[in-house]
Amino acid sequence: MPKDHGIGASSKRREDVRFLTGTGNYTDDINARGQAYVHFLRSDVAHGRITNIDTTAASEMPGVVRIFTGADFEGIGSIPCGWQVTDRFGEVMHEPPHPVLAQGKVRHVGDPIAAIVADTLAEARDAAEAIELDIEELPAVVNMKDALKDDAPKVHDDLPGNLCYDWGFVEENREAVDKAIKEAAHVTTLELVNNRLIANPMEPRVALGEYNRANDESTLYTTSQNPHVIRLLMGAFVLGIPEHKLRVVAPDVGGGFGTKIFHYAEEAFCTFAARQLARPVKWTSTRSEAFMSDAHGRDHVTKIELALDKDNNFVALRTDTLANMGAYLSTFAPSVPTWLHGTLMAGNYKTPLIYVNVKAVFTNTVPVDAYRGAGRPEATYQLERVVDKAARELGVDPIALRRQNFITEFPYQTPVAVEYDTGDYPATMDKLEEIADIAGFAARRKESEAKGRLRGLGVNCYIEACGIAPSNLVGQLGARAGLYESATVRVNATGSISVMTGSHSHGQGHETAFPQVVAEMLGIPEDQIDIVHGDTARVPMGMGTYGSRSLAVGGSAMVRATEKIINKAKKIASHLMEASEADIELKDGQFTVAGTDKSVAWGDVTLAAYVPHNYPLEDIEPGLEETAFYDPSNFTYPSGAYACEVELDPETGRVTIERFSAADDFGNIINPMIVSGQVHGGIAQGVGQALMEGCVYDENGQLLSASYMDYAMPRADDVPFYSVDHSCVTPCTHNPLGVKGCGEAGAIGSPPAVINAVVDAMQSGGHDVTHIDMPASPSRVWAAMNG
Amino acid sequence: MAKVEMTVNGKSVSGEVEGRTLLVEFIRGKLELTGTHVGCDTSQCGACLVHVNGQAVKSCTMFAAEAEGAEVTTIEGITGKDGSLTAVQQAFQDYHGLQCGFCTPGMVMSATALLKDNPKPSEAEIREYLKGNICRCTGYHNIVKAIMAASGQDVGAIAAE
Repeated sequence: MPKDHGIGASSKRREDVRFLTGTGNYTDDINARGQAYVHFLRSDVAHGRITNIDTTAASEMPGVVRIFTGADFEGIGSIPCGWQVTDRFGEVMHEPPHPVLAQGKVRHVGDPIAAIVADTLAEARDAAEAIELDIEELPAVVNMKDALKDDAPKVHDDLPGNLCYDWGFVEENREAVDKAIKEAAHVTTLELVNNRLIANPMEPRVALGEYNRANDESTLYTTSQNPHVIRLLMGAFVLGIPEHKLRVVAPDVGGGFGTKIFHYAEEAFCTFAARQLARPVKWTSTRSEAFMSDAHGRDHVTKIELALDKDNNFVALRTDTLANMGAYLSTFAPSVPTWLHGTLMAGNYKTPLIYVNVKAVFTNTVPVDAYRGAGRPEATYQLERVVDKAARELGVDPIALRRQNFITEFPYQTPVAVEYDTGDYPATMDKLEEIADIAGFAARRKESEAKGRLRGLGVNCYIEACGIAPSNLVGQLGARAGLYESATVRVNATGSISVMTGSHSHGQGHETAFPQVVAEMLGIPEDQIDIVHGDTARVPMGMGTYGSRSLAVGGSAMVRATEKIINKAKKIASHLMEASEADIELKDGQFTVAGTDKSVAWGDVTLAAYVPHNYPLEDIEPGLEETAFYDPSNFTYPSGAYACEVELDPETGRVTIERFSAADDFGNIINPMIVSGQVHGGIAQGVGQALMEGCVYDENGQLLSASYMDYAMPRADDVPFYSVDHSCVTPCTHNPLGVKGCGEAGAIGSPPAVINAVVDAMQSGGHDVTHIDMPASPSRVWAAMNG
Repeated sequence: MAKVEMTVNGKSVSGEVEGRTLLVEFIRGKLELTGTHVGCDTSQCGACLVHVNGQAVKSCTMFAAEAEGAEVTTIEGITGKDGSLTAVQQAFQDYHGLQCGFCTPGMVMSATALLKDNPKPSEAEIREYLKGNICRCTGYHNIVKAIMAASGQDVGAIAAE
């Protein structure tokens, strides 16, 4: 029988009722009394020098409050970068300034030049058209290989060659890897592009700044995955506002997928302008603005080589990647192609020698940063594609080649620094073969062929690293933040509980899943427990939600705080029952004395804590509230095996997803319904990347895919029902819940499955095609088969 | 500025609008009915979908002035006075058909319009109908499943939670 409450139950989501009835509280739903609206005048060229900007006439337009330009931000801090990568020569990366409003130069289409604040949004937009602006257009650089040339246009004037860093990992392995590849029985080489994407949470970004002159306090309402991080970055590095004078609120947030982690210029502007004008200032992004101002994702160009011995064992792996940073360094951009990518290159395999080189490159495009998976999809895609290609070159079954090279003993120290604690890769592959009915594929292919279609099967594995930690390690690697999480468990006198967590929920269902954990620990109903998140004034500290870290890190902090609550409550109960503390047991919300029929209820103890008439005041303080900070000792390592079956219409090149199966090992699971939902969504984004989505710039740096007319988002009829399973469980060994994280797996595991299937389909039709770049659109597929 | 009058969720409302004021701006701004969302500016995403005279309409594609005299229903208008959920709303919760909730009002209004015209749609018909509503969270699996369940179809055989 499935459980109906607590850990392991598919509890229905309590947050759904407000979303289903239109009573959610998203940032754009919040309006401050007397607020003004800001419209940003953005660059329409990719690269240029601002030779003249005259706001005189525009300032006289109806409703205009004030127009700000770069000159108003001289002396104000630069938008900071939160991760400093050291290159393979021991030098720190190049870190150019990133002004709130352009200072002299514009570096990408969408770079904000002026901010028009007016009584209404329409008036602000009208006034923008009256600004006299002259930009001397400069040659732009978009392609990374071009950007690295000595004579390439310089995105930043002091940086010829546009190289942010040249990173090698593990540098000491470089020569050994080169030698092993040279001497190997077989080497499979693949050059591929991990296509540039736009995260596209359905809620565009919004910022509303307020200033209270009476107490010198600023408040920013913003669409963020981590309000405390924004408070730190914006307060300390940009505007110089100390934490106790700055409140950041991220209320209901309509999806993030990484792109709402980062600190953006518009947040700093609204906070700054509200102080300058002593009036609330609100910005709501249009979708068109989102395309040219939200950080983009992926955009890697890679060459990967896999060396095998005569028995098809993997002996070495070498990979060279160019990673696009865009025009400025977004908050965590430098970490994505390095520490979130290189450390994953072992995948599920015992390859003894690995070397990863990454050159990060500035171009005249929107900054690129973490998008669902962040580095790990890029690692998985190239590895699982090259393994598949190797199997085809060697004429061996792709699943058998993977199984032969699986890591089977844990803990496993990879040659790329990380140590996997647990996993069972043969088990997830077994489960996949079962749920995907791999054995039945041949018959399904025949049916497709009878209809004149090609059918392909693509299988792959993935490994993920979630809950990036520990803080002292990531600090050595360049992180300028700790990566712990905090939780405060506040038990009220009547026994109900508020949990203040630094994790942020923007679709993940924390308001439902987190109480399941506390309810299980205390034996009280879930509805007695509420989660408070997303407000620096209500939650003491937090590092936010990204990298599938909420439950593994934030949930662990909550468990630690709850354990402290239980310890104190047992002390109170032992006093009430005049028993030894060691004999107190807590079960189903009742404290009992072992071996007796004495008991007190949870509510009796909590009341005693706040009405301490009969209470051990000489030993413990009144009240029942505890805080814990949890800093993990390692990442968690979810893993899985995915299978995709496609049909390909050889007449048109159109590919359709016929079946998609995912067997994941997420460790222990709190709410299976929510976990499945996370996998579904990730798969759709991965299928989108593989078949449909692509952010496209022309050679002049014009963004061609700047609306939903041009950027192909997966729709309901582009995807099938998925078959997902997470019954393979190897619990994480180093966090108290044994959980691993599930938010990104779908997006990591699915692109190689789709492309492996498309290649398989083409080859089944007799086409000598060994690779196709994403998105495998009909025109690309048709050209590959008929080129 | 011109005066516009319409019935929204059964109540007569009026307001001064510019010619360029969109219906969704009127609903969110003037009427403060913030359940209707804006997710794009090209009439693609469907987060702003409402019913106008019984038809599913993206309220960003219509000027407020064009709704003069119309009967408009928003997400707030389909919920029971006592807060009770419709069969479609309840199925979305039961089958986890929403995550971040931003596309959800449009999805629910779209699904409600579909079931009015086609009380037992097939999976393919649902997917085809929902082409005008983008969801980035759910991969559509549980949305389609919820709509099938809301129409009384057995969804027990559909894989996974």
